[in-house]
Amino acid sequence: MDWITTVDHKKIAILYLWAGGLFFGIGGLEAILIRIQLIKPMNTFLDAQTFNELITMHGTTMIFLGVMPVIFALMNAVIPLQIGARDVAFPFLNSLGFWTFLFGGLLLNLSWVMGGAPDAGWTAYTPLSGKGYSATHGVDFYTIGLQIAGLGTLIGGINFLATIITMRAPGMSFMRMPMFAWATFITSAIILFAFPAVTVGLVLLTFDRILDANFFNVAGGGNPVLWQHIFWIFGHPEVYILILPAFGIISEVIPTFSRKRLFGYSSMVFATILIAFLGFMVWAHHMFTTGLGPVANALFSVSTMLIAVPTGIKIFNWLFTMWGGQVRFTTPNLFAAGFIPTFTMGGVTGVMLASAPADFQFHDTYFVVAHFHYVIVGGLVLGLFAGLHYWWPKMFGRMLSETLGKWTFWTFIIGFHLTFFVQHFLGLMGMQRRVFTYLPNQQFDTLNLVSTVGAFLMGVGMIIFLVNVFLTSRRPADAPEDPWEDGRTLEWTIPSPPPEYNFKQTPLVRGLDAFWKEKMAGHKGMTPAEPVGPIHMPSATILPFLMSVGIFIAGLGFMFSRDEFSSSIMSFLFNNYIVTALGLLITFGSMLMRSLFDDHGWHIEPEELEGR
Amino acid sequence: MTTAHAEAADGTFPHEPEKATLEGRNKVLAFWLFLGGEAVLFGTLFATFLALRNQTNEGPSAAELFHLPLVAAATLLLLVSSLTSVFAIQAMHRGNVAQLRNWLLVTVLLGLAFLILEIYEFSVYVRHEEFGMTTSAFSSAFYTLVGFHGAHVAFGILWIAVLIGQLLHKGLTVVTAPKIYVSAMYWHFIDVVWVFIFTVVYLLGKVG
Repeated sequence: MDWITTVDHKKIAILYLWAGGLFFGIGGLEAILIRIQLIKPMNTFLDAQTFNELITMHGTTMIFLGVMPVIFALMNAVIPLQIGARDVAFPFLNSLGFWTFLFGGLLLNLSWVMGGAPDAGWTAYTPLSGKGYSATHGVDFYTIGLQIAGLGTLIGGINFLATIITMRAPGMSFMRMPMFAWATFITSAIILFAFPAVTVGLVLLTFDRILDANFFNVAGGGNPVLWQHIFWIFGHPEVYILILPAFGIISEVIPTFSRKRLFGYSSMVFATILIAFLGFMVWAHHMFTTGLGPVANALFSVSTMLIAVPTGIKIFNWLFTMWGGQVRFTTPNLFAAGFIPTFTMGGVTGVMLASAPADFQFHDTYFVVAHFHYVIVGGLVLGLFAGLHYWWPKMFGRMLSETLGKWTFWTFIIGFHLTFFVQHFLGLMGMQRRVFTYLPNQQFDTLNLVSTVGAFLMGVGMIIFLVNVFLTSRRPADAPEDPWEDGRTLEWTIPSPPPEYNFKQTPLVRGLDAFWKEKMAGHKGMTPAEPVGPIHMPSATILPFLMSVGIFIAGLGFMFSRDEFSSSIMSFLFNNYIVTALGLLITFGSMLMRSLFDDHGWHIEPEELEGR
Repeated sequence: MTTAHAEAADGTFPHEPEKATLEGRNKVLAFWLFLGGEAVLFGTLFATFLALRNQTNEGPSAAELFHLPLVAAATLLLLVSSLTSVFAIQAMHRGNVAQLRNWLLVTVLLGLAFLILEIYEFSVYVRHEEFGMTTSAFSSAFYTLVGFHGAHVAFGILWIAVLIGQLLHKGLTVVTAPKIYVSAMYWHFIDVVWVFIFTVVYLLGKVG
């Protein structure tokens, strides 16, 4: 109950972590099933329909329900601490964002047991995702589930923007902000400007499917390419929503374990901003083969290649940070160091794909699959592993085992390269993506076997990580405030795990890497910026949970509003929008409650603070 | 928050009560950000409409359908309601709760009149012109864009009505003031969106 009503950013971080981890596990199992099917030619392990559902759900689950929540977990756990704040700007909305994400994810995954999962690919291209080709409710689960989950992401993004703009500790100017906070800030801005586009896209597709509208239906005057534009004007920035937080994590981990400040801090900041800006300019490079014409293809080709410049700046800055530093290869730093070459390889194939004529050859082959897995798994997932190992003691007060951590790293990264490196060659040799099987003796056999073996090795790495987490959770919580001993930023100045008010006194920031600066000046901790006083805390509330339940019910009701049911009561309830209305009533009723009863919160008095 | 009530009683109520607390400032800032997202949302809907506005699928076209006098009347109602919401905020800054309440009430009523005209317009199209959601890509895009705006108006009416109730019960405090202020921002935003709808959908449809 405590977990359902909490508005504490540190607890919400843990909720995000468990929920994201659960969906990540589901997405991982889907990947393993896909790789088992492709282990040999003409395999009959899965049928074509199941395979389509698996690839669709694997992509959708991993991106929206797996890695994004884990990113949000780290942001929630770390950002208020890094900027010296007691909480986020809107604790209530923070909780609401989590619950809408969770219920959206649950709705999406209900499709497995309620008559068929979405089967049109994670991009849900029309007309494949239209009623004509996808007659089950699968794509409805996709549109409505993602809509609800996306709402949570948008709320989270606005919350982080407001938090970072207004709640930084005294002295922390924007150019003294840690890189992870910068990455969160820019990522949230991308979320704010990219997610409403997919909101509209999903609404249009929902209307096409449930209300028989004609947006993408050619017979009624609609235009399927419109879907691609709307999807990718969201979808390409989404790539940077995923990777910029990983860049931020790497920029925290490498300086800490090199005992040096980040090389070229200000160029890192501007590279981040530039990447975000360019991210919105390049969406049509996903559509080179759609037939936009040579002028559009050339422009989008050039603008896409431009992104390599700020990304290259980042790569070199990380290398220069390590150069001449006292580098310690702890588990977080192993992941960070492994990230650099792996992500660079993904970037190089990105430039290859950005060349429009070459893309005509690579399009829809395993080369593309290899490219985006190098970027998303080799970039983001390695980054998340680095971040999780790095901040785990701060989140839970327990150090993860270094030995098991190193085992995780080596099995995962070797498995990763085994799985995806060979897929470049599979793609160049002509193996198409999204096909559920292939003929023997096309030289695909061995490489596919290698790829599947690699996938299992990655699975072993994940299991070692889970074992590590399990064993760690049984040990006493005894991590010191600054467990890595070279902590540079504010989160390492308070106990692990932090008390619910984070900072007894808001710290005074006197430079970049505030804590490191104090250490170098011979101080033991931060200078407080205020006397000890009562701390205002927000009250716990169940309303965000109820609002999300309401939206969930409304979504289900709307989805089945045109269906025939065998029982007349069910038909009456759904076809008259009674279920939909009931769900909306719960949501709006909760909003009304929130509006009518002010939450004054409560105070922690100074005596209590000293008592600890 | 109790101190704020005391301040109001002494007559030292802050001139801009919506920005008197960190929570209030956060709320106003976050609402600007939210409106940025809303702009993208409507931008995408406008783009969709522009892409599909001539795809009438042998159904009624914009030129045959629209009655500009009706739309002009609706536009007038909504623009005036934006003005009255400005009066409401000015009354709030003067600390005049009665005027604030009255201007909010006028705003809500004007919004309601707009919504009734829109519902009437839609019902005429559906019943007499056989122009429904499923008729053509143009009709789908029209009802979605204009309907989304209408839903925003309906939500705004409910929201401001609840705020009037709050104002009557709790008075003007540093808690209620930011809520009233952001609801006015919202109201201006949907007004601006309507100006674009009037131009892009109705004027362009009639003469473009």
